[in-house]
Amino acid sequence: MSETAEAVVERTLANIARINPQINAFTAVTADRARAEARAVDKARAAGQTLSPLAGVPYAVKNLFDVAGLATLAGSKITASHPPAKSDAALVARMKAAGAVLVGTLNMDEFAYGFTTENTHYGPTRNPHDPGRIAGGSSGGSGAAAAARLVPVTLASDTNGSIRVPASLCGVWGLKPTYGRLSRSGTFPFVACLDHLGPIAADLRDLAAAYDAMQGEDASDPACAQRAPEPVGDSLDGDLGDVRIARLGGWFEANLTSDAHAAVDIACKALHVTRTVTWAEAALGRAAAFIIGASEGGNLHLDDLRHRRGDMEPLSRDRFFAGALVPAAWYVQAQRIRALYRGAVRAHFANTDVFIAAATPCPATPIGTEWLELDSGRVPLRPSMGLLTQPISCIGLPVVTAPIVRPGALPLGVQVIAAPWREDLCFRVAAALSARGVAASPMPTLHA
Amino acid sequence: MANKKVPAYVDSASALQGLTLKGEERDRVILQFERLAEIAAPLLAVPIQPDDEPAPVFEP
Repeated sequence: MSETAEAVVERTLANIARINPQINAFTAVTADRARAEARAVDKARAAGQTLSPLAGVPYAVKNLFDVAGLATLAGSKITASHPPAKSDAALVARMKAAGAVLVGTLNMDEFAYGFTTENTHYGPTRNPHDPGRIAGGSSGGSGAAAAARLVPVTLASDTNGSIRVPASLCGVWGLKPTYGRLSRSGTFPFVACLDHLGPIAADLRDLAAAYDAMQGEDASDPACAQRAPEPVGDSLDGDLGDVRIARLGGWFEANLTSDAHAAVDIACKALHVTRTVTWAEAALGRAAAFIIGASEGGNLHLDDLRHRRGDMEPLSRDRFFAGALVPAAWYVQAQRIRALYRGAVRAHFANTDVFIAAATPCPATPIGTEWLELDSGRVPLRPSMGLLTQPISCIGLPVVTAPIVRPGALPLGVQVIAAPWREDLCFRVAAALSARGVAASPMPTLHA
Repeated sequence: MANKKVPAYVDSASALQGLTLKGEERDRVILQFERLAEIAAPLLAVPIQPDDEPAPVFEP
């Protein structure tokens, strides 16, 4: 007989108590709820009910997801005094329906505006592979908790790179699905027209299982597409089939360090990729995503900027303020360019099914780092860790971030990018990278 | 490269939105807005046609 869900949850809670102080991934542990959910799974199993693959699997969520009974922090001090959520976010409800066991909520950059999870209010989340370094952000707690094996699955959000950046820096798998695929109902927004939700996991099969459990339309999120679930569980056999793959050049090669070049080389060699394709408009796409994000984010927090500025995160409040001042002409132009760029990229999918690019320009940097040196020059680190992710989420393409195996080096992931609604191809190529031994989540030494 | 038009714009736009701004904080916001202006510049230079519309219902 396999271990009971209650035994798994007790072991998980003990691990969190022992290891979390080293990485500061959790902001709340929902022990009572976890025990109750685990008991319900064990009862259903004892009654002979057919259980989902996620039954009894512990998971945790970025603290911008509503969890009934907890205030939804979104990384902020201001929201801590808000009333507790009355019900769970849509995706938490779906994970619960699949029998997964919620054990807590996870640290993030305030209001999701950042790529480092250096949260001044709740402390920085530390990288499990080197606690002196960042975990990435804004879903840093989600990346670190999965990398440290505190839970098999975490949920996160990605507006401009917030799943893919921490997945890359912590060495775990991450999925940013197609825009509109997963319901965002019951989560704290950032940039409505760019916000996505998705899972992070140390094992690719867990990533797929969580994604499949969360699919399906939801009228309460106006951006959620009316599409039936398209499970990816059959795309994990490691067989590439006739998938046509190319490396992304141009913008995606100009903004790298040698570590990122090496990771992309390893992935492309294993996949026998010989073609490099350049999206001429990628720089414009990145600029459009940046302006749209700054403007919508600034507008969303205008009242906080007016009345609670002293309680806002010092590392991002000036950027929120500047964003609130973006002229309408810039914002509208950015939205028009976004549509043009989408059309240009759609044409590239006529000849190529999947594109490979680095997920971050570099591995995890020491906490407190201000500047980043790239082939293209010196850039401010905090807004720039998403240089390679922003042009992809700008147009809502699905991406799996794959942790590339580089023994002795800090983790760094590559983006496996497909056409809209083709998450199955992202998983097919990710599984091939795994089967060929070049992508896997490294085990940190925290457990020693 | 500092954009000389930015400080006056930041002061006026802040006041219009009911946002007070002074001292070092003003300098930092001006710096952030200059970075936004730098990023926006190539977007604003793209020749665009009347039928290049945004995606009002965004379907990727």
